[in-house]
Amino acid sequence: MIKKIVTGVSILAMAIMVLSFNQNQVSASIARGKQVYNKVCLSCHMIDGGGVPNINPPLAQSSYVVGDKKRIIAIVLNGMTDRIAIDDEYYSNNMAPHSDLTDEEIADVLTYVRNSFGNKASVVTVAEVKVVRSMKK
Amino acid sequence: MRKYYLLLLFVSIYSCTVFANNHSPKNNPNLPQANAGLQLPAGFTAITVAEGVGRARHIAISPQGTIFYKSSRLVNGKGIFQLIDKNGDGIADSVFGFGNYIGTGIAIKNGYLYASSDEEVFRYKLDAKGNVINPSQPEKIITGLINRHQHESKSIALDNAGNLYVNIGAYSNSCQVNDRTLHSPGRKPCPVLDSAGGIWQFKADKLNQTYGNGIHYAMGLRNVVGLDWNNQTNTLFVMQHGRDQLHDNWPEYFDEKSSAELPAECMYELHKGDNCGWPYIYYDPMQHKKMIAPEFGGDGKQSTTDYNNPVIAFPAHLAPNALMFYTGNQFPEKYKNGAFIAFHGSWNRAPLPQQGYYVVFVPFKNGKPTGKWEIFANGFSGKDVIESTRQADHRPCGLAQAPDGSLYVTDDVKGTIYKISYKK
Repeated sequence: MIKKIVTGVSILAMAIMVLSFNQNQVSASIARGKQVYNKVCLSCHMIDGGGVPNINPPLAQSSYVVGDKKRIIAIVLNGMTDRIAIDDEYYSNNMAPHSDLTDEEIADVLTYVRNSFGNKASVVTVAEVKVVRSMKK
Repeated sequence: MRKYYLLLLFVSIYSCTVFANNHSPKNNPNLPQANAGLQLPAGFTAITVAEGVGRARHIAISPQGTIFYKSSRLVNGKGIFQLIDKNGDGIADSVFGFGNYIGTGIAIKNGYLYASSDEEVFRYKLDAKGNVINPSQPEKIITGLINRHQHESKSIALDNAGNLYVNIGAYSNSCQVNDRTLHSPGRKPCPVLDSAGGIWQFKADKLNQTYGNGIHYAMGLRNVVGLDWNNQTNTLFVMQHGRDQLHDNWPEYFDEKSSAELPAECMYELHKGDNCGWPYIYYDPMQHKKMIAPEFGGDGKQSTTDYNNPVIAFPAHLAPNALMFYTGNQFPEKYKNGAFIAFHGSWNRAPLPQQGYYVVFVPFKNGKPTGKWEIFANGFSGKDVIESTRQADHRPCGLAQAPDGSLYVTDDVKGTIYKISYKK
């Protein structure tokens, strides 16, 4: 009986450790992502992720940001020059490609924007960025 | 007992003060604000004459006083709106919508209302009362203008010799191989300039004109949204939106602060054949020089004497969306023949705070600015500091003079139309 309890507690403790380790990793990724955001993204998408009406799309509460990860990774890598409606609004400026960023920087900055400005969405991993980068545009 | 009365009195006064503070117009958005929330010079007042319909871009007022504005968003399928004021109190009771296209440009000349989409220019005949005779069947004056969704608005102005001028904005920031991309070099000669990045002149009364019928009047202008014909000099004046992203794309030459302060938003007086230098140069308002753009070998220090000089330069990135010479008699003498400019407000000053969101006045003498410009109407944004452009409640975008000499200002955030008047 005691053995069972000890085993149970150990498993629980390990689970908590793994979870908190993951949580720490996520926090670290978000912190790194914020630095990338401030350097590369802020000048167009603004300090609050609000974008510029009619010119640069917002990231806050954007279906493109919290939606399909492949799509948003591809936008960061390839930029965006299409005239398409994003959440029923059109934006006129071209977005430059940012393929010069590393896989980790892209994973970090997307994890940051998917969990900032009121957004709540899953993390983006380096492996997921690698997959999209390896695909042709 | 007396103590209780004193206490009661104290509490009452305190409550009243709190009540008054909480319900002053400044804190309660439901109560009308003095001067529609604007700060103006002494003697001027402002009211809101309409709001809530479309994104009001440019505005035109007929000699009879009918008021039309162009919207960059369709409302119930309509993109031009006329203010309807049945009881004559100066406040619109409703709007009448027509024209099934979005756009920015609108102007009235010789009994016609001209309006632009982002590719074409139409005109509508007005009746003796200044109303549109056939709102569903305009004449198509110009067609086939390039629209590659960047700087797509086609602002218009008319002279007194039967010509119409159209801005065709450059579909690029600085004509790089890859637009807005770190260290992407400039393309020389810039291929944008054959069909955009300038002003084209057309006939005001000829149907279905396109590039082949027009005159490439002035080139090297990145994007002009505000332009007006000056009847004193008999020339076209334009306000250019200067380039963006010096720091983003060339961080080795420009830090965030210099990128926020460069380049100037410039006013040019144009003559046929002029070249204002975009994308090869930008104007530095501190050095008062035309600088070689970094895409074309510049490093923030090299200047040139080629190309037109601006007649006056304003701080960077303020986004001049309307220019209007005041010819009325209502405002004090100093305003006569001077220029009003509606600055839509910046975005490309981040991470520094944004600027603009106001209407300025530039005094003119003998057809030249006399130097000192001043903020004429401020407070459109409703905020003390704007860090992110969307925080602005209103952004001034269009200007028009009414027959009585009052000034109308549009806002394209909420579709608000302001009227500014002067009384001695």
